Amino acid sequence: MRRILASAGAAATFFATAAQAAQPTPWQTGFQPAATGMMEQITWFEHYTLWFIIPITLLVLVLLAYCIVRFRAAANPNASRTSHNTLIEVIWTVGPVVILLFLAVPSFQLLTAQYSPPEEAKLTVKATGNQWNWDYEYQVDEPLSFNSALLADEDRAEAGKEDHAAYPRLLAVDNEMVVPVGTLVRVLVTASDVIHAFAMPSFGVKTDAVPGRINEIWFKADKEGLYYGQCSELCGKDHAFMPIAVRVVSDGQYATWLEAAKSDLTGANKALMAEIEGTSKVAAAGN
Amino acid sequence: MAGVAAHHDHDHKPYRGWVRWVYSTNHKDIGTLYLIFAIVAGIIGGFMSVMMRWELAEPGIQIFHGFASMVYGVEGDSALDAGKHMYNVFTTMHGLIMIFFMVMPALIGGFANWMVPIMIGAPDMAFPRMNNISFWLLPPALILLLMSLFVPGPAGGWGIGGGWTMYPPFATSGQPGPAMDLAILSVHIAGASSILGAINFITTIFNMRAPGMTLHKMPLFAWSVLITAFLLLLSLPVLAGGITMLLTDRNFGTAFFAPEAGGDPILFQHLFWFFGHPEVYILILPGFGIVSHIVSTFSKKPIFGYLGMAYAMVAIGVVGFVVWAHHMYTTGLSLDTQRYFTFATMVIAVPTGVKIFSWIATMWGGSITFKSPMLWAIGFIFMFTVGGVTGVQLANAGLDRMYHDTYYVVAHFHYVMSLGAMFAIFAAWYYWFPKMTGYMYSPVIADTHFWVTFIGVNLIFFPQHFLGLAGMPRRYIDYPDAFAGWNMVSSYGSYIAAFAVFIFLFGVFEAFSKKRIAGANPWGEGATTLEWQLSSPPPFHQWEQLPRIK
Repeated sequence: MRRILASAGAAATFFATAAQAAQPTPWQTGFQPAATGMMEQITWFEHYTLWFIIPITLLVLVLLAYCIVRFRAAANPNASRTSHNTLIEVIWTVGPVVILLFLAVPSFQLLTAQYSPPEEAKLTVKATGNQWNWDYEYQVDEPLSFNSALLADEDRAEAGKEDHAAYPRLLAVDNEMVVPVGTLVRVLVTASDVIHAFAMPSFGVKTDAVPGRINEIWFKADKEGLYYGQCSELCGKDHAFMPIAVRVVSDGQYATWLEAAKSDLTGANKALMAEIEGTSKVAAAGN
Repeated sequence: MAGVAAHHDHDHKPYRGWVRWVYSTNHKDIGTLYLIFAIVAGIIGGFMSVMMRWELAEPGIQIFHGFASMVYGVEGDSALDAGKHMYNVFTTMHGLIMIFFMVMPALIGGFANWMVPIMIGAPDMAFPRMNNISFWLLPPALILLLMSLFVPGPAGGWGIGGGWTMYPPFATSGQPGPAMDLAILSVHIAGASSILGAINFITTIFNMRAPGMTLHKMPLFAWSVLITAFLLLLSLPVLAGGITMLLTDRNFGTAFFAPEAGGDPILFQHLFWFFGHPEVYILILPGFGIVSHIVSTFSKKPIFGYLGMAYAMVAIGVVGFVVWAHHMYTTGLSLDTQRYFTFATMVIAVPTGVKIFSWIATMWGGSITFKSPMLWAIGFIFMFTVGGVTGVQLANAGLDRMYHDTYYVVAHFHYVMSLGAMFAIFAAWYYWFPKMTGYMYSPVIADTHFWVTFIGVNLIFFPQHFLGLAGMPRRYIDYPDAFAGWNMVSSYGSYIAAFAVFIFLFGVFEAFSKKRIAGANPWGEGATTLEWQLSSPPPFHQWEQLPRIK
């Protein structure tokens, strides 16, 4: 019994990891799945706004349709001359105000939450946008910094990233930002040439990378996985070709990677990928 | 000699030939010039949008490297780089052309020039010669902008590719070539043209209303143009200042926006959007006025809540000046600043709601006929509602974090502009076409034009909401394969909408060749504004006997 439960748990972990593709899917009609508590709040608020805006749109549609059918010239040959009704005018002024209050309260709570990290950041990474790639600088003892650029097709084999599902075209990079799971990470965002923007949809963060300024964002990823974002401020001809990839790993994996990356980044990335793949294979085998 | 002869001719007959148009001081002739100009610019801007949709129909770079190779004669990798930049140039040009050279000339220079003096019972605009220069500044401005396509921008590219917002440093150090200077000069001239036009409208409306026509009896279209003119007058100088600073940063060693010398790129964004946000109301307010008249005419009812409608527009205009930084939620604004702009932006939903409900109330109890202008007006009301409610979502800084610079924003502003302002322009076109030309359009062609456009633009822009939610950023020449499906749908919509443009042009041609006489008032008892009391087309100079308003 315990074995079954254990393997079910492992399988669940595996599927959870697999489901954490955190990249867009074909014919998608909503947000990407949330990987942080913040994105869950944003997703909740988006659904909440839909409960107001869809009924309002349908109300306008129904009223228009009613007018079109009921008051067409054939059905209503004599037009009324009514051009005032103070009560109804007050209602349709005050009504929207009340609706806006219902929207404003959770909206302000959400906004405030985005600027109120629940704890001190345990890791700070500085992300610098360049035309057309990113520099990541880990603010740790013996700082680690490296460049992250679009993965070219000819480099896929050597990097061991031939799986187009995990490493999609235009999203996969050569060196991902690696961060530990369940840890509050602060990203300091700036740029070296023109304005770029650091965006990670499944984390619920986006901020401009402005030369001469440092913008700060934070996230706390709940689940391990590989997450993708893209530059979100027009920055030149290769604007569409400077993706952002964040690999969220366990504390242990992160510590090992960080230590190894200081001397050999490529080797550290490969070792990390091999270990993650090994873990999921074990999980799959346990299934 | 002709000039001297005309001077003594008290009938003030129009000059013959090109002199009539180039030297024109007649508001109707200048309005016609503006409308023709807007159609030409709209076709250029529309062509660019179809090229972009063609490019985005499938993942990968489809056409722009070949296109760049054709236009600029570059090959291989240089063609690919030039093509990528050229795509950005097209997004930039599409925006600038549609805003400055299509919607504004059509609504303000075209329909307002034509109809505001007539509607308020004035013989012409207050400053007829200034009206002439307002128009004739525009063709050189457009030519300068189009010239920028063929001169160097960034290294290895031609034209300006920084988006219509022209954010530095990409608009300064990022694109050192002369293309950006040409574009700045173009916007300067177009802006000067609009400022002169705005002064003209304000003076005309304040001073030349017929006896008895108080502001509170003035038609809503005149109200909307008055408010628009104030927005232009107050916002355009700020843009002019901003782009002048851009120009001196580029050429004369200043560093307003250069961080390496103590400047601030965000300063430009504040200046730009202090103009840019009122600008979007400049584009839509005249449409509000037009739709009010059309809904009233074809419902055979007076406008419901006239004063509420007029002051809702005033409120939109006033509040529109204090919401600009909602375009900048991700630039690093402080929490309190974001709170304020979230709050102020949401306030705009209230007067906008008043307008939507008042249009429906105008239809309520009416005796509605569904002539072509009414189809466009009803389409406007619904599509503007769709664009309006997504605007309420975007107002929330916390949620806009996700939407900012994605296709969600593209969908939103095209619902209010391409399906809002554009629908208002076509509604006005069919409403006043018989008045302006004396000929009736073919209702079959006009209705077909409406339905094909309606289907086309909704197919283009509704799926873009989904793309934006999924995270697809704006201004991308290529996208991850997962976005392929909705992009394909959107591109097909664009081909349908492009086809509708040909239906429109054919309809114009058909009306002029068939010459069906429209008569002074083809719309019947519902059309109560002053223009319907004149012949169609109106005399070269109207209201030599001023009308008296009860």
